[in-house]
Amino acid sequence: MSEVSKQAAVPAGVHLPIYMDNQATSPLDPRVLEAMMPFFTAKFGNAASRNHAFGWEAEQAVEMAREQIAKLIGATAKEIIFTSGATESDNLAIKGIAEMYRERGNHIVTQVTEHKAVLDTCKRLEKHGYRVTYLPVKADGIIDLEDLKRAIDDKTILVSIMAANNEIGVLQPIREIGKICHEKGVIFHTDAVQAVGKVPFNVIADNVDVASISGHKIYGPKGVGAMYVRRRNPRVQIAAQIDGGGHERGMRSGTLNVPGIVGLGKACEIAAAEMETEAVYLRGLRDRLKAKLESALDYIHVNGSIENRLPGNLNMSFVYVEGESLLMGINDVAVSSGSACTSATLEPSYVLKALGLGDDVAHSSIRFGLGRFNTEAEVDYVAAKVIDIVRKLRELSPLYEMVKEGIDLTKIEWQAH
Amino acid sequence: MAYSDKVVDHYNNPRNVGTLDKAAGDVGTGLVGAPECGDVMRLQIRVNSDTRVIEEAKFKTFGCGSAIASSSLATEWIKGRTVEDALAIKNTDIVKELALPPVKIHCSVLAEDAIRAAIGDWKKKNNTTEPAPAETAAAQ
Repeated sequence: MSEVSKQAAVPAGVHLPIYMDNQATSPLDPRVLEAMMPFFTAKFGNAASRNHAFGWEAEQAVEMAREQIAKLIGATAKEIIFTSGATESDNLAIKGIAEMYRERGNHIVTQVTEHKAVLDTCKRLEKHGYRVTYLPVKADGIIDLEDLKRAIDDKTILVSIMAANNEIGVLQPIREIGKICHEKGVIFHTDAVQAVGKVPFNVIADNVDVASISGHKIYGPKGVGAMYVRRRNPRVQIAAQIDGGGHERGMRSGTLNVPGIVGLGKACEIAAAEMETEAVYLRGLRDRLKAKLESALDYIHVNGSIENRLPGNLNMSFVYVEGESLLMGINDVAVSSGSACTSATLEPSYVLKALGLGDDVAHSSIRFGLGRFNTEAEVDYVAAKVIDIVRKLRELSPLYEMVKEGIDLTKIEWQAH
Repeated sequence: MAYSDKVVDHYNNPRNVGTLDKAAGDVGTGLVGAPECGDVMRLQIRVNSDTRVIEEAKFKTFGCGSAIASSSLATEWIKGRTVEDALAIKNTDIVKELALPPVKIHCSVLAEDAIRAAIGDWKKKNNTTEPAPAETAAAQ
């Protein structure tokens, strides 16, 4: 590897800007676009038009997509319903179950690093007479199963815990969580957005009752998602949140986004076929990036469990360097940061805080989200740029200088404004 | 979010990065902000005690591009000014010069705080009374 003290030259095969933010969204796989196109042009029928060929062919395409999604997650086609995306699926699952099972109880258990689509939905339910327990996570980002067991009481109707976290990529032990829920007769919902198509996920083996799926996280289109709703052992019922025509077995009214659904189906079919080899590939890229950074820089660490993690995710803190200034220096690489400066609300990442990390470490974090279309050459280029920029910013950092002098930063009385 | 050209310039070519000896009698050190806030600025000045002119200024900043630019600009502006003139610098001047958006105004406030803190530290070390001639010679 060449000297990193000078600006990294762009090697052959690397096209700028580089996209390495696949937990935020992913590019459309060309095969998915190809599958979708006819449904924008010639095959434009409404899948609910029962009386003509335009409708029948749309319906057929939708049913095929249902099968493709079901196959990926170990479900049956009847158990898949379509939504506008995982945020809607999360809302529908949690609100729909809360409403339907109100007589049975009003307690919901979730955890602190969930996506806002789950957390904000729970907060809204708290205003309507529901009690919500937010389980903490350990330093590795994983919940304690004993905490879960203790939290479930005779009024608990739902447990909602994500399969994989979008910021730190950490995988929760959903198989064990599902087992506990079934033993206690509680419905288990999982936001499976970041897990589906990336790591093995099977609703039967993993004891999942309801799951949220997103199109644009698995190289499919934005604006479409799905929900798995179990029909047997137990049969789960969801109260619709959108009324108007009774589509999707009465659970979600509205004309189906046929091209989007076709795209989601195709994306799932590709994932089913390629997931295993892709995971090996991504883990290789991720570990390569991590190794290069660790061999060149001090005071850096990975946030969250490295073993129980999405293959393509690397969330690292570069201590004594602030995240937004780092992003500015690698402006031809798309990644994201847990720094307050990069958020709309100027709050640092709540996920990193939940790990027990200090705010200063959250401010120094960068999330690299490697995906299907990233290459080794890109990883090498990004590693070199990050190393170069971190070194430059550390020369500018009073904190790094103080630490190198042996000063204990925790003993300083800061003059915050 | 696009940065102004001036912010980018200061980020790529920060002025007066470095460290002065904080134990020296003619050096004032201001350390403001906190790591938990994501912004820490250290601004140091070396002042000629006869003329009260800031002859040297150095900074180091942990923070976003706007924070780095604000503190870099601060050192540029205060160099060559007397301590009194430097105190006249307002954060709004920095906002204007760097075209900082509303969410980054606090970076300019921190830079103004840093200037005041550095000057305050120097004043504390050098006291209100005029130094005796012998002490002046020693401080040179």
